[in-house]
Amino acid sequence: MADMTVNQSAARSKAAVKVNTRAIVMGIYLLFLLLPIYWLINMSLKTNTEILSSFSLWPRDLTFQNYATILTDPSWYMGYVNSLIYVVMNTVISIVVALPAAYAFSRYSFMGDKHLFFWLLTNRMAPPAVFALPFFQLYSSVGLFDTHIAVALAHCLFNVPLAVWILEGFMRGVPKEIDETAYIDGYSFGRFFIKIFTPLIASGVGVAAFFCFMFSWVELLLSRTLTSVEAKPIAATMTRTVSASGMDWGVLAAAGVLTIVPGALVIYFVRNYIAKGFALGRV
Amino acid sequence: MEKTVNQKAWFLVLPVLLLVAFSAVIPLMTVVNYAFQDTFGNNVFFWAGLSWFEELIESDRMWAALGRQAIFSAIILAIEIPLGIFVALNMPKKGFWASFCLVLMSLPLLIPWNVVGTIWQIFGRVDIGLLGYTLDKLGISYNYTQDFYAAWITVIVMDVWHWTSLVALLAYAGLQSIPDAYYQAAKIDQASRWNVFRYIELPKMAGVLMIAILLRFMDSFMIYTEPFVVTGGGPGNATTFLSIDLVKMALGQFDLGPAAAFSLMYFLVILLISWVFYTVMTNLDKREG
Repeated sequence: MADMTVNQSAARSKAAVKVNTRAIVMGIYLLFLLLPIYWLINMSLKTNTEILSSFSLWPRDLTFQNYATILTDPSWYMGYVNSLIYVVMNTVISIVVALPAAYAFSRYSFMGDKHLFFWLLTNRMAPPAVFALPFFQLYSSVGLFDTHIAVALAHCLFNVPLAVWILEGFMRGVPKEIDETAYIDGYSFGRFFIKIFTPLIASGVGVAAFFCFMFSWVELLLSRTLTSVEAKPIAATMTRTVSASGMDWGVLAAAGVLTIVPGALVIYFVRNYIAKGFALGRV
Repeated sequence: MEKTVNQKAWFLVLPVLLLVAFSAVIPLMTVVNYAFQDTFGNNVFFWAGLSWFEELIESDRMWAALGRQAIFSAIILAIEIPLGIFVALNMPKKGFWASFCLVLMSLPLLIPWNVVGTIWQIFGRVDIGLLGYTLDKLGISYNYTQDFYAAWITVIVMDVWHWTSLVALLAYAGLQSIPDAYYQAAKIDQASRWNVFRYIELPKMAGVLMIAILLRFMDSFMIYTEPFVVTGGGPGNATTFLSIDLVKMALGQFDLGPAAAFSLMYFLVILLISWVFYTVMTNLDKREG
């Protein structure tokens, strides 16, 4: 009896140690992830003189001036507006064309379906650097240079394949009997698709839209190459400040923090789908 | 799932086909055009045959960039894959802390790539950055704009910071799919921790790990924005990876022929990897289905 108690308490303390090592590993890893982000936020709340003259772990002289600069100066905040415009355009286009295509891939086999599916994948994997120059010439020649739609269409290169793959991954989980029952009940394809099928994969549409949004939002090379003034994205506005002399670190940091906000806002809702989205709906 | 043969399904795919053809095939044809032609300006082109490719194969510049790229991708994989698995094994399985870790770990994945560069540019500076300042105070000379090793370490640590979570999340998803019965059986057999990992967890994770390796390889192979913002490819050409070199050539110097030939060879590598990726994916589907 006494033996058992000893054993149990030994086991318990061993378990406690185990839990602790796990917590310590995660703690260190999360600290490693968050420290640079914290530093950016820290910078954004300091004045430029404080940044350059003293070194402190937190802002001594707390200021929101950097954010005020960005939100009142059109050359800054228009960057966000431009980015949002083409990102939303791109997301809508991608999802609308990808929905029927993903349905076709998940339900039917047709001539060349596998080749087409593979070809889509190669576009998701294609390096933007290869396409930067041809895109520039293509959109210049059709008079779309420096417009939002040009960037939105260019980002379709990787976002449409991404959306098709993710949606297909979700759709294959929906049993085919549902389609057949609906057709027997006299639904036309269009009505069935909009009224019954799309609500069934609503979470899939949400995830696909989120990833289209994100990948378009984080891309810099193509959006910078295809724009100059009218549609200049925030990413390009930021790099141009970097190259200018007499850098305003506080404003740069504040601009960076603001670009993280859209992702951080929805992160909680998609937390269980992040791996699935990056793995093209296959996990 | 049994699929019915239906050629009309082509109509559902048509919009995607047209859109992607417009944004992929037309530009790619331009690249092919430039790769085999030369010009003296004024849009007059003449056939150049394979001369651009020959020039490219003989140029040290391309090989140097390719070498740097290969080393970079190899280091990235060697660090991120084991570290990601390790983190995934230590993540809480469920409850509040699981969500907590998931949210915080996903954060770097959703930061715009140029901001990732900016974060590390600031973080590593000796005068204003926490990392640079600390290292400097410890007496370690660290200057990522001047020093070859410092630049490389910064770029690598930045990529580890940015993408290890992806590997961890994928591995975590693989771990979650292992039924409890497996662990109970292992306990009855008194299997060691290592054996549980080697014979239960690793085989079950194999599929997602393959995806993780391929994704990380692909994305590190075409990395552009992050090192460009931090080091600009310098000092010298120390961190000029393939994409950075290609953009310099195409948009900076407007050397269309070599850049196009470069692009095509780049694209062939990507095509090869995509094919491996596709094969892995379809095999994974078959095993599940």
